[in-house]
Amino acid sequence: MTAVARAQPNASDGAGIGLRLAVIVGLAVAWELVALLANDPVYWPRFSAVAARLWEAWLANPAAWVESAWPSTWRLLAGWIGAVVSGIAIGTLIGLSASARAYVNPLVEFLRSIPPPALLPLFIVLLGIGDGMKVAMIGFGAAWPILLNTADGVASVEPMRRETARVYGLTGRDVLARIVLPSAGPRIFAGLRVSLSIAVILMVISELFATVDGIGFELIQAQRSFRMLDAWAIILLLGLIGYALNTVLGLVERRVLAWQLGATRSER
Amino acid sequence: MTGGLLEVDGLGFRHADAAPDAPPAIEAVSFSVPGGSLVAVVGPSGSGKTTLLRCVAGLVRPTAGEIRLDGRPIDGVPDATAVVFQDYGRSLFPWMSVADNVDLPLRRLGLAPAERRTRVSDALAEVGLAGTEASYPWQLSGGMQQRVAIARAMAYRPRLLLMDEPFASVDAQVRADLQELTLSVWQAHGSTVLFVTHDIDEAVYLADRVVVLSPAPARVAADVAVGLPRPRDQIATRSSAAFVELRARVARLIRR
Ligand SMILES: Nc1ncnc2c1ncn2[C@@H]1O[C@H](COP(=O)(O)OP(=O)(O)OP(=O)(O)O)[C@@H](O)[C@H]1O
Ligand SMILES: [Mg+2]
Repeated sequence: MTAVARAQPNASDGAGIGLRLAVIVGLAVAWELVALLANDPVYWPRFSAVAARLWEAWLANPAAWVESAWPSTWRLLAGWIGAVVSGIAIGTLIGLSASARAYVNPLVEFLRSIPPPALLPLFIVLLGIGDGMKVAMIGFGAAWPILLNTADGVASVEPMRRETARVYGLTGRDVLARIVLPSAGPRIFAGLRVSLSIAVILMVISELFATVDGIGFELIQAQRSFRMLDAWAIILLLGLIGYALNTVLGLVERRVLAWQLGATRSER
Repeated sequence: MTGGLLEVDGLGFRHADAAPDAPPAIEAVSFSVPGGSLVAVVGPSGSGKTTLLRCVAGLVRPTAGEIRLDGRPIDGVPDATAVVFQDYGRSLFPWMSVADNVDLPLRRLGLAPAERRTRVSDALAEVGLAGTEASYPWQLSGGMQQRVAIARAMAYRPRLLLMDEPFASVDAQVRADLQELTLSVWQAHGSTVLFVTHDIDEAVYLADRVVVLSPAPARVAADVAVGLPRPRDQIATRSSAAFVELRARVARLIRR
């Protein structure tokens, strides 16, 4: 007996990459043309000039890595990982208990509607202007989508799967690790993706004030001294960092949720 | 380990979210399943068979009456119980391989890993799914998925086995094979089996007794002793006069 309906590798992957590249190249060319027409190299630098600046000032410049990119990146990752751990843990607790959800929901809705940048003054007073403050702010803002999605995913495990676990007397640990969390996996990963972009935004914002290093700091310095070419290069750099992080997360997701891809494909 | 004595005594059940003027799903159902015997429950669609099974499995609490196993009222899922749900697709775990699905209930039984592996591969071989260990449920056809759920129940070696229309989605040949499998596993392990079906043939062929439910709200319309000799045979038993007569009797009871 052989298994039927094996998941097929997605045939459009190769064409997809080509199309995505074409869009990016098209945008770069359009930028170049508009800048040429504007003919204002200070405020509207050409794409090629920005890319060259990005290369010499950042990508090919180890000093910039050590002094700016690295401090930013580690704060970003520390804050995001803190958000992942606390978001999944608290979200699971909330998701497991219907009564906890009823009590905690209004509080969660209230807290998450506070824009984290508005908390910056408070964080500075409480935690100072050091790395701790920035990590805390990134973590605070990035935790909500993970927490809410985890709670939702955990609460909506297919009832028949819960009953199967009950019938076979699975231990609480097995239920959590082998049924509840895998079943919430797709929702959790959706939360992780949203929270990663929030973390990048908050990393930049946290470095715009009261700070001495980081990519956001360099950006505000460039803007204050009217070095627009540098500012554009930094914006491009932020885009690259966000894109790289998303790609890595996407690869992890494809591995962890391979079953889901196959299951939804075979449902069609 | 032989199966326990199951007694359903004055069972009533009303769904909490049913309309207030709707009749209860089950009204005063009583019957018993002697330890180690196989009793089939038949009834028209919507008569409350699944609800009855869920009460016996301890998944929902009866709103009237009592269910006892070996004389003790059940409160929650009784020990060593396996259920094969009607809706098998949603009772398997799509993120686990077929082998892991079957192995999951064995994890807390304190078996040696080698013993667990043999049980898993034996159960899969018995349902005709040898070699699918590493596949995922969604890579299998509906009938194959149902057999994974059956293998999971068999590997667990339950004292009480509850099956809800387990062969509804397989073709006639596989259905006959799975009926034989159910009989041989039942005889080998001496489980008590409650087998829900709407297939009168199947009920008479498999069971020691057939409990016939009335249309909703469920009541016991009849409790028919089958008394056909064992071992039964797909062709000889089914063509015997006694079988044909019993089948007609049960059919008349359902239609009434
Ligand atoms: N969650 C529920 N809420 C309210 N009523 C329900 C619920 N589940 C089932 N019912 C009702 O209870 C009655 C019995 O349903 P049940 O599923 O037990 O029937 P069944 O005999 O298993 O039917 P089938 O042969 O189609 O599987 C039906 O009238 C149904 O409408
Ligand atoms: Mg049913």
